[in-house]
Amino acid sequence: MENVIEIIGIEKYIYLSIILFCIGVFGILFRRNAIIMFMCIEIMLNSANMLLVAFSTYHQDAQGQVFVFFTMAVAAAEVAVGLAILVTIYRNIGSIDIDKLKNLKG
Amino acid sequence: MDTNVILLLLLVPLLGALLNICFGKKLGNGSGIIATLAVLVSFIVTVIAFFQVNTTKQPIQSDLFEWMAFANFKVSFGFLLDQLSLLWLLFVTGIGTLIHWYSTSYMKGDENYGKFFGYLNLFVFFMIVLVTGSNLLITFIGWEGVGLCSYLLIGFWHKNQSYNDAAKKAFIVNRIGDLGFLVGVFILAFLFQSVDYMTIKESLMHGTNHQINTWIGVAALALFIGAVGKSAQIPLYTWLPDAMAGPTPVSALIHAATMVTAGIFLITRLNFVFDLAPQIQNIIAIVGAVTSLFAASIGLVQNDIKKVLAYSTVSQLGLMFMAVGFGAYEIAVFHVITHAFFKACLFLGSGSVIHAMGGEQDMRKMGGLNKFMKATYATFLVATLAISGFPPFSGFFSKDEILMTAFHNNPALYIIGSLASIMTAFYMFRLLFLTFFRNFRGTQEQKNHLHESPASMTIPLWILGILSVVGGVISLPGNSWLNNYLQPIILNNAANNHHAFGTIEYVLMAVAVIGALIGFGMAYSKYIKKGDIPQEDEQITGFHKVLYNKYYVDEIYMKIIVKPIYALGTFFRDVVEVALSETIFGLGKIVDGLSLQGKKAQNGNIGLYLFAFVFGVCIILYYLFIAS
Amino acid sequence: MIDILFYILSTITLGSAALTLLSKNPIHSALWLVVSFFSLAGHYILLNSQFLGMVHIMVYSGAIMILMLFTIMLMNLNISNEVQKPFVTKLVATVAFCLMGLIILSVVMRGTEIYELQYTTHGKDFQSVQVLGQVLLNDYVLPFEMVAVLLLLAMIGAVLISKKDKTEKTA
Repeated sequence: MENVIEIIGIEKYIYLSIILFCIGVFGILFRRNAIIMFMCIEIMLNSANMLLVAFSTYHQDAQGQVFVFFTMAVAAAEVAVGLAILVTIYRNIGSIDIDKLKNLKG
Repeated sequence: MDTNVILLLLLVPLLGALLNICFGKKLGNGSGIIATLAVLVSFIVTVIAFFQVNTTKQPIQSDLFEWMAFANFKVSFGFLLDQLSLLWLLFVTGIGTLIHWYSTSYMKGDENYGKFFGYLNLFVFFMIVLVTGSNLLITFIGWEGVGLCSYLLIGFWHKNQSYNDAAKKAFIVNRIGDLGFLVGVFILAFLFQSVDYMTIKESLMHGTNHQINTWIGVAALALFIGAVGKSAQIPLYTWLPDAMAGPTPVSALIHAATMVTAGIFLITRLNFVFDLAPQIQNIIAIVGAVTSLFAASIGLVQNDIKKVLAYSTVSQLGLMFMAVGFGAYEIAVFHVITHAFFKACLFLGSGSVIHAMGGEQDMRKMGGLNKFMKATYATFLVATLAISGFPPFSGFFSKDEILMTAFHNNPALYIIGSLASIMTAFYMFRLLFLTFFRNFRGTQEQKNHLHESPASMTIPLWILGILSVVGGVISLPGNSWLNNYLQPIILNNAANNHHAFGTIEYVLMAVAVIGALIGFGMAYSKYIKKGDIPQEDEQITGFHKVLYNKYYVDEIYMKIIVKPIYALGTFFRDVVEVALSETIFGLGKIVDGLSLQGKKAQNGNIGLYLFAFVFGVCIILYYLFIAS
Repeated sequence: MIDILFYILSTITLGSAALTLLSKNPIHSALWLVVSFFSLAGHYILLNSQFLGMVHIMVYSGAIMILMLFTIMLMNLNISNEVQKPFVTKLVATVAFCLMGLIILSVVMRGTEIYELQYTTHGKDFQSVQVLGQVLLNDYVLPFEMVAVLLLLAMIGAVLISKKDKTEKTA
C-alpha cells in the first residue's frame, strides 16, 4: 500500500502541527471573546490530533488513531460542558468578554 | 507463677484506682470498700511471697518485657521481689490496708469520696512499683508516681488556695530532688552500661579503680539529693510540714509511713554504691543528725497537732539518715518499720481527734479528751511512749540502735541525736498532755460534739498500737531476726557484727531511757503541774518566736531563691519575650506586606492568567528539553 | 502529486485557522473554523485513515461547530462589537506566539534523530476500519465504555449547568 509519509516526510507534519498549535495559543492570548478562545482551544487540540495520526501512520500502528478517537470524545464532552458554562455566564453578566470576568480574584 | 504474683501485686491497686477515678461517683460508698480490698489483696500476695522468699532465700524476679535498648544499653521492664522490697511491701500494703479502712469512715460524706480512694490506690500502686522495680528507671517511675499522688492528695481539698500552694510547694521542692536522682541514674548508667541493681552490684563486686570511685561518689551524692527531696531532709524539708494540708489519712500513709521513707529505701537498695563513697556517707550522717535536731527543735513549740507530728517525722527521718550514713542500713530499715507503725498510729489518732473536734487542729483549743475518746487516747499514749523511746516499746529498740551506732562512729553526732530524742520525748508528751489531759478548752458546741470515732477508725488504731508495742521484736539487740533476714541485701555488713553486746551498750540504753524520762518530766511539769497552755501567736518572743516561725527558713527561701527566680521570670517576660515577639511579629509583617504586593498579581483577570500559563509552559519546556 | 495536495491542504488549514481568530464577526470565525476542520479531515484521508477523517467531519464540523454556531446565535453575538485588547497585550501575545513556536521547534530539532532514520513500510493493513474496530473493541474496550459514560456525564452536566434556576427566577 502506498504510504504518504514516504512521499511527504514526517517532519512536515510536525512543522504543520507546531504552527497550528501556535496559532491556537496566539488566538487564546489575542482575543477577548470567550467563544473565539474556545475555537482556538479546538484548533490546538486538532493540531495534536493530527500529529497523532501522522505518527500512527509513520509507525504503522493503529493505536495512535485510537487515541485520536478518544481525544475527539473528550473534546466533544468538553465543548458541551464549556458552552453550557458560557451560556450561564452570559445569562448572568450579559457578556462573555473574559476581561470582565474578575470572579477568580484571589 | 512469679510473673503472676508480681502482676497481681501491681495491677490490683491500679485496677482499684482506675475504677475509683472513673466510676467513683457512681460507686458511692462502695469505692472505699473496693479500694481497701484492692490493697488487702496486694497485702495477702505480699505475705505469700514473703513466706516463699523467706523459706527459699531466693528472690522472685520477673522481666515483663524489654523496655528500651540503645546499642548495648538495655533496660528491661522488670520487677524484683527480694528481702528488702518485700519488707517494704509488707508495711506499705499492710499499713496501707489499715489506712484505707480508716479512711472509709474519715472521708465519709466528702464530695470526692471516690476520687480520694482512687488517688490512694494509685499511690499504693506507684509505691509498689517503686519498691519492686528491678532497675533504677522502674524505681524512678514509682518515685515520680508517688510524688504525683502526693501532690494530688495534698491539694485534695483544692478549693482552699493555701492547700493548693502547699501541694505545688511539695511538687516543686521534690523536683529538685528528682533532678538529683536522674543525674545519679545517668552517671551510674554511664559507668556500668546498665541501670539494673543486680548488674551494678555484680560489676562492683569485681572491684573498681580510683577514677570510677570518684564518679561513684558523685553519683551517690546526686542520688542522696534525690533522697533528701523525697525524705524531707535539710535543705529540702520545707514541703513536708506544709503537706499536712492533705486529709489526715494521707499524712499518715504518704507523709509519715511510706513515701517519705523512699529515700532510705533507695540508699539501702544501693548500699553497695554508697559503701564506696565514705565521704558522701559522712555527709548523709551529718545531714541526718542536723535535720533531726533542727526539726525536733521546731516541733517543740508548734501548736498545730499535725504540724508537730510533721516535724517529728522530719526529725525521725533525720535519725534514719544518720544510721544510713554510718552504713547501718538494717538499723535504718528497722527504724523505718517501727516508725511506720507508731507514726501512722499517731497520725490516725490525731485524725480521730480532729474528726471529733470538727476539723479543729489547734492544740490550744483541745484538752481533756481522754474522757471522751478512750480508744484514741490509749493508742495515742502507746504510740507516744514508743516514739519517745521507752522500753519495751518498739521505738526504744530502733532508736537505741541508731544512737549506739552513732556512739561508736561519731560521738558528736551521738550527742546531737540524743538531744533530738530528748526533744522528741518532750514535744510528744506536750502534744499528749495538751490534747488529752486537764480540761477541755474549746467551745461548748465542740464539747457537745465530742465523740469516740467509729470502729472502722479505732480498730486500725488498735492494730497499729499493738504493732507499736511489739514491733521491736523483729530486731532485738544481740539476736536480730531482721539483720539475718537482710543479710543477702547488704553487702557490707559492718554494723551487724562490729560490737559485742557489753557494758557500754547497757549504759547507752540507760542514758537513752533517762533522756526520754527527762523529756517526759519536763513536759509533765510544764503542762500538767503548772497547767501551761501555749501563748497566743502575738505574745511569743525571743528564741521561742524564732522556733515558732520555724527559724524563718521559708522566709529565707522565699528571699534568696523564690524572689530572684521570680524576678528573673519577670525580666524574661517583660523584656526578652517582648523583644522576641516583636522580632517574630516584624518578620510576619514583612511577609504580610510582600504577600499583599503579590496578591495584586492575582487580580482575577483571565487574560493575564493565560499569559502566565503560556510563559510558564515555555519555561518548563525550556528547562526540561533544551537546557538539559 | 501528493505533496502538492499536502501543501495546498496545509495552506488552507493554516490560513483558515488564522482567519478564525482574526475575523471580527464570531460567525465568520466559526465558518473559517469549519473550513479548517474540513482541510484537517483532508489531511487524515491523505494519511489514509479514512475512518478518522469521517469521524472528524461528523464530530467537529457536524456536532461541535453546530453547537458553537447555535451558542453564538443564542447570545446574539453576530455583530462585531467586541472591544479590542490594548496594543501592548497584542504585542505580548505575538511575542508569546513566536516564543512558543521557537521553543517547540527547538525541542523538535533536538530530537531529529527520531525521524531521520531509514524509513521502511511493512505493508500490512493497520488503519482500515476493520483493524481499528478490532483494536478499539478488544484492547481498548474498557476506555471505550468509559468514554460512553463520560459523554453521558457531559450531557447531564451541560443540562444541569445551563438549566435556569427556578428559585432565582421567582426571586
